[in-house]
Amino acid sequence: MSVFVQYLVNGLTIGSFYALVALGYTMIYGIIRLINFAHGDLFMVGAFAGWFVVGIAAGMHLPVAVQLLLALLIAMLAVGLLAMGIERVAYQPLLKASRLSILITALGVSLALENGAMIAFGAGFDTFPPNILPLSGFQFLGAQVGDVQLAMFVLSVVLMVGLYLFVQYTPVGTAMRALSFDQDAARLMGINVEGVVLITFLLGGSLAAASGVMMGLYYTQINFMMGFLMGLRAFTAAVLGGIGNIPGAMVGGLLIGVLQSLAAGYISSQWQDVIVFAVLILVLVFKPTGIFGERVVERM
Amino acid sequence: MALLEVQDLHTFYGSIEALRGLSFTVEEGEIVALLGSNGAGKTTTLRSISGLERPRSGAIRFLGRDISHMPAHRIVQLGLGHVPEGRRIFVNLSVEENLMLGGYLLRRTPREVQARRDEVFERLPRLLERRHQLAGTLSGGEQQMLAIGRALITRPRLLALDEPSMGLAPILVQSIFQIIAQIRKGGTAILLVEQNARQALRLADRGYVLETGSIVLADTAKALAENRRVQAAYLGGEPEVAL
Repeated sequence: MSVFVQYLVNGLTIGSFYALVALGYTMIYGIIRLINFAHGDLFMVGAFAGWFVVGIAAGMHLPVAVQLLLALLIAMLAVGLLAMGIERVAYQPLLKASRLSILITALGVSLALENGAMIAFGAGFDTFPPNILPLSGFQFLGAQVGDVQLAMFVLSVVLMVGLYLFVQYTPVGTAMRALSFDQDAARLMGINVEGVVLITFLLGGSLAAASGVMMGLYYTQINFMMGFLMGLRAFTAAVLGGIGNIPGAMVGGLLIGVLQSLAAGYISSQWQDVIVFAVLILVLVFKPTGIFGERVVERM
Repeated sequence: MALLEVQDLHTFYGSIEALRGLSFTVEEGEIVALLGSNGAGKTTTLRSISGLERPRSGAIRFLGRDISHMPAHRIVQLGLGHVPEGRRIFVNLSVEENLMLGGYLLRRTPREVQARRDEVFERLPRLLERRHQLAGTLSGGEQQMLAIGRALITRPRLLALDEPSMGLAPILVQSIFQIIAQIRKGGTAILLVEQNARQALRLADRGYVLETGSIVLADTAKALAENRRVQAAYLGGEPEVAL
């Protein structure tokens, strides 16, 4: 029992990282029908941005809490802006072209980000300063829960709830939902569709960066390829929840995290991705609309 | 100066020329009907005016400004509303959310949006009863009312309506036409595309007949209704709508 709870706790922690990335996939798919293959790499850039800021802030002997807060905020802002820039330069000119053009462009952006990070930060692993995070924790149903795990989980949930409230209750959020359904009708409401798409990328990029900083701190090591697997797992999470559906991405992320943790614990960590991607295949075969998926109206 | 002045408008879909040098005007406060068979270019005309299609050449002047290259969301801001063909309401959102989106341009003054939404509810009480329902669950007539109500929140100077009576039962057609008459009384000019030519000409002040992307006839609505060619092509086989 206690072992199971331990796997569950670990799974929910990494699952919340997946959920943050999955949200970006699902929002971007929801409004421009693009599987943004570069989204996992934004997560990686976020991790590096956070690492970079921590390095500078540590050199200035700022308190650890301030270092972490700065790392999180600056990484979120920087990657949000980067995501906007990518959308404006690489995707927006192709929105009226065939789906395949923009999909291939996304793959190109992914490669550019990965190789750019390799040139900038090297091909090896970079590490956050050791012991930057407290090792304290508490017992819960026989499992050891780190204060850091709890804090990261809570922060993820706060970000997710914030996003959900934004999308449900603000005019811009309502505009997002509207234009995901009918772009022309949205334009006739006076909605600047290009502007709202940019805001979506800003939000998606920031959430991916938050996830990257937390994951980097959690595992302490970061690498230019870390976005690749994350991208695939988060994509699986988004599909599992029902692509285009925001609560679906949250639940899908947590489920994938837990599944991966249980698979690693009870079977073998070498099998965890086999099982995760088997889930992707099963969902696509038996319930392509995912857990929360509605009937997908295919347009164009 | 005309409220809307379209001059020598050419719009293409790929290599197909949908509008071939269209010119017409709409004055303040009048109802102008655009008649024509399927594929004549009526919908393309409205989409070009509201910025959803980019014309290749020609001028569209609204309140004296050339809007032919303005993005759609800025044209709405100038006071030109467009209720598109097929209503195009957001069926995944509630009635209330649809109306709030109609007031998207006023989003920094939420009280104003609420006041105008309440005005729409007053004018179209059916929407008030259904305000919390998903728009997709409304009947066809209610959806059309919502589409019109949504466009009225910005208080447009000109409202372009594309086939507002399409697919509706005769009794509902009557109430939609009554609503249009009321909107005009409120001072909004109307550019009406309508398959129901008889009804449209009864309501309109003037009309234009389109054929393959050009205007072939322009006259007062009364004269058009009495024109033999119009009668044969657009009024002939059509039974009188039962009241």
